[in-house]
Order: sequence, then C-alpha cells, then structure tokens
Amino acid sequence: MSGLALNNVTKEFGTFTAVNNVELTVPHGTFVCMLGPSGCGKTTLLRMIAGLDLPTGGAINLDGEDITHVPTHKRNLGMVFQSLALFPHLTVGENIAYPLRIRGAPKEDQKKRVDELLAMIHLSGYSDRPVSKLSGGQRQRVAIARALAISPKLFLLDEPLSALDAKLREAMQVELRQLQQQLGITTIVVTHDQREAMTMADTVVVMKGGEIRQAASPIEIYRRPADTFVADFIGSTNLLEAEADSTGHVTVLGQPVSGVSLGADTRKATLSIRPEDIHLTAPGDGALSGTVTFVRDLGGTIETFVDIAGRQIVAVSTPRARPEVTVGQPVGVVLLPDVCVVLAK
Amino acid sequence: MRREAPQKIGDYAPLFFPAMMLIVFFVVPFATMIAVSFFQRQQGGFYVPAFELSNYQRFLSLFFANVLGFSLMLAVTVAICCIVLAVPFTYLLTRMARKVQIAWLVALLSVLSLSEVIIGFAWSTLFSRTAGITNLLVMAGIMSEAKALLPSFGAVLTGMVYQAFPYTVLVLYPALVRLDPTLTEAARTLGASPIKAFFTVVVPALRNTITATLIMVFIFALGSYLLPQLLGRPQHWTLSVLITDQAIYQSNMPFAAAMAVFLVLVTLGLVALTVIAGRKGEAA
Repeated sequence: MSGLALNNVTKEFGTFTAVNNVELTVPHGTFVCMLGPSGCGKTTLLRMIAGLDLPTGGAINLDGEDITHVPTHKRNLGMVFQSLALFPHLTVGENIAYPLRIRGAPKEDQKKRVDELLAMIHLSGYSDRPVSKLSGGQRQRVAIARALAISPKLFLLDEPLSALDAKLREAMQVELRQLQQQLGITTIVVTHDQREAMTMADTVVVMKGGEIRQAASPIEIYRRPADTFVADFIGSTNLLEAEADSTGHVTVLGQPVSGVSLGADTRKATLSIRPEDIHLTAPGDGALSGTVTFVRDLGGTIETFVDIAGRQIVAVSTPRARPEVTVGQPVGVVLLPDVCVVLAK
Repeated sequence: MRREAPQKIGDYAPLFFPAMMLIVFFVVPFATMIAVSFFQRQQGGFYVPAFELSNYQRFLSLFFANVLGFSLMLAVTVAICCIVLAVPFTYLLTRMARKVQIAWLVALLSVLSLSEVIIGFAWSTLFSRTAGITNLLVMAGIMSEAKALLPSFGAVLTGMVYQAFPYTVLVLYPALVRLDPTLTEAARTLGASPIKAFFTVVVPALRNTITATLIMVFIFALGSYLLPQLLGRPQHWTLSVLITDQAIYQSNMPFAAAMAVFLVLVTLGLVALTVIAGRKGEAA
C-alpha cells in the first residue's frame, strides 16, 4: 500500500504511556493534522514517525516497507521543527542545500535546486544572506524549503506556525496548503490550533491522553464529532444531557423535546449542538424555554447566552437572522433533530 | 538593552579598584621586566641599569630558535589534543542527565585543584617501569615485560593535556549547553548520520568558541615549566623551563626577562594571526 501506516504504535516513558496503541493509515498525498491539547502525545507520535524516538510497541510502515527501526537519516524525510532549527552558521542557500550536500549531490545540481526552491517560497535572490537577517515568516519559508529539498516521501511539521503572529500565521496556513497540493506530498502537521487544522487538513486526527479520539475530514469532525471531548475541543458547542423514557420520548434538561431520538435502547446521552445551529423563537411550542442572560454583539455575529434550568447555552446568529431579544426576556430554544449530535454518555 | 554612557567621573568609580589592581600587580611588574631585559648583568647575580641589546642578541641563536619552535609546537599540540578530546566529550556530557553532568563537573573541578607538581609526580609514577601502567598491560598479557614510558615526548604531552583538559571542558560547556539540541535532530531528519551531524552542524556552529578555547589552552600550555622537566628529556624543555633556569639557577635576570618579553611578543603575534584568520574565514 502506498502511504504511511501506523500499526498499534505505543510509546512508554517508564510507567507513563505517551502514545497508546495508535492505528492510523495515511494514504499517499494526504494532508493530515494531528490536533490535541498539550501532552496528548501528538508530538511524540510525530517524532516516532521521524525516527527521533523509537516506539516501545507496534510498527510503522511507509509505502509497504517496515521503517520502525530504520534510522532517521535513512528515512528520506523532510521535517520542520517548532524552533525551525535553521543552521546559524550557514546562509539561506547553504541551509536549503544541506540535505543535498549531505547526500553528495554535485554542486551545480545543488545550486539549481536551491534556486528552484527559493523561487517556490518567493525568496529568490536571498541565497547568500545569513539566516539571522531574515524575518520570522521568511525563516519559516526557508525551513520549509530545506525540508522539501530532496522531494521527501514524508513531510512532517511540528507546530510550524506557532512562533508567527496571528495574521502571518493565517497567510502561511493557506500558503502551506497550496504548496502541499501543488507537490502532492504526504504531509503530517502537529498543531494545537484547531483553526489551523480546519484550514489545511484533508484528515484531522484528534488525540487525547495518547489515544486517537477521532480521525476524519474537518467537516465530518465538526458536524459529526465522535465523543464529547472532540465536540468540545473542535469549535465551541453546547453539550446538553438528554434522557429518553421507555417509549422513546426525549427530555432535555428536564423539558420534553420532539423529533429528537437517542437511538434504540439508549436511555441517557449527551447532545452536542453548535451555537450557530440553535434557533431562538418565541417561548412555548415544542421549544425549550429559557431566559436571555447576556447578548454579545460583535457586529458580524451576535452571541446570545440563554439560561435553561440553570444551564447556560450559547446561540450564534447573524444580525439579520436573529429575532430582537433583550436581557431578561424569556425565549424558546429550538433543537432541530438533524443538527443534534447524539454522543454516548 | 542599552546602557547609558557614564556621565560623571564618579560613574567610573567601580572601575578604580580593578584598574589599580591591574596597574600594581600587572602593568608595573611587566614594565619592570621589560626594563630589566635591557639592563646589564654583573658577575655574581646582580644587574645594573643600562640600555643594551646584548640580551636579545644572545637569544638570536639556533639553539634558542629550536627551543622556541619546540615550545610553540608543544603548546599547539596540547591545545589541539585538548580540543579534539574535549569537544565530543563535552557534547556528550551536555546530553546526559543533570545529575551525571554535575558529578562530572565536580570531578573535573577537583582536577583543577591539583598543583602542577602533584600532577607531574603522579604521572611520573604511572609511567614508571616499577609501578606504572605497563605492569597492568603485562598482567593482562598484552605486553611481555614492564617498561618505563618516561622521560619522553608522549609523557610530557599526556601530563599537559591532563592538566589543561578540565579548563577546556569548562570553557566549552556553556556554549554547548546553549546549543539548540533540535539542530542535530534537524540534521538527522535531513539525512545526516549522527557523526556527520556532529561534524557538519555542532562543530561549525561552535567555530568561534572552539577558536577561543584553542587560544586559551595554547597560552596556558606555553607557560608550563614543571611538567616538561618532570616528564621529559632536556630536548623536551620549553622556553619557560629555560627562563626559569636563567632567572633562578643562573641568576641572569636580564636574559630571563629578555626571553620572557620575546615569548610574550611571539604569543601575541600568533593570537593576533589566529583572530585575523578567524575573521577572514567568517567573511568568506
């Protein structure tokens, strides 16, 4: 099979399990974002794919070949580190040429490839500058060009954009995604920024406690989260406890709702509803009744905080779609069945 | 952060004490030595103020040229040996657990507390025929009979490298600790084996530190006058040995002073050359 496959990969540091039995298949040419809170094992997993750490169990396959014990320098990878790790004693051109020089490529070929890569990252003519004279975004691009110099089989990035300011980071996300599509290279990015993951990835892998909670397309992760952790971690959501009686009638926060089903034999579950999926209406008529406690008018969107039986939920709408409400006003909250995600308790 | 330039005379006050110490204990004795090097020697170990160049003239002979050449060669060899041993050693040390690092540093500091005399006698025992390390090799069946390894050039070199090694490690340590460990990891992901990564990333990134350390150990080794006498033959004696000999045993202060001045000038010249060469290499 062409691509990367992780089979039951496990990493233990003493008694602590950093990565627990991870199963993941990354088809050739896919862009994968590993997402999770700090300490979830995503960086350890990336370092094992790079060969910088050895797994204590399981196997890593690349294009059908077991590379679990192949040393890093023989894996033909490109990796961008969080600190970028540009070599301070080399110029921009020498940095990019490093992987070619190490492999003994002829000088003319090195120069030609460096010029190609510099053109690709829009830094033509910077070849002879010392890396210390570059701005943050330029260094970032040099680190990317250096990692791509040998056209690697795998392109790995460890929190590559975290050192950049917000505006530059957004621009680089788009640039990185376009570059990856242009080159068709299998790419794995570790990030804790869910916006970054949503922008770039074909597949988002959400991790927690060394385990994969869900691996799916960004929209699938957003629309159909697998559990409450994923629902809460990706975007913001309202998590509401729901109960079903023996006849299948569902109550949410003690109030009956119609049209929602928890599925056969499920008595208790949690409903996840995105704030933009919540509709506010007049009280009564099959809607949950609550009271408006706060309105945050951000101009483009309006967030309405509603208290239902002591629980606070948030509804987001555009100014035009939103009915006029004021703080203290009773409202009805409509849960549309097709946007409620039922999660196991 | 930019500091404000001193405004009043009083702002220079913190410099007075070190400046006075330098003048009293360094500038004055050094100036005296330069003056004495031009004085005339009297029979019986005294000298009278004069201005003559005979002390320097006497120095311009093949014998002293050889001694000077040997001294410089020995100091350079010691410096290179120390660097070659200490750079990989310190690099590995900085990658060890904190506790291990502290243990090693304490051990190295304790070597620094040993005087040159003790180091010299310890090595002369270790290199002797009767009680030396060759006896261990005989016991292990590697050598057929014990033999003395001194006096020899190798013994002098070993003693001096042993003495200078802790200094070398302590000077390199801070720079290596600060070196970003992801640099070597990056080199490995880019296709360099660990050894290649060490030589293409760690060593070049530390070029300036290594040059500075080389100069420091070179100067340190140039001043050594006991170990060459304890562990070497007369042909292994350095200029420092001859200066001591002239000053103390021959009571020829003017000539000793002239040799010392000459040694200082040659040393400064070599250091300047190294620095210039380093700058040029950087510009290229």
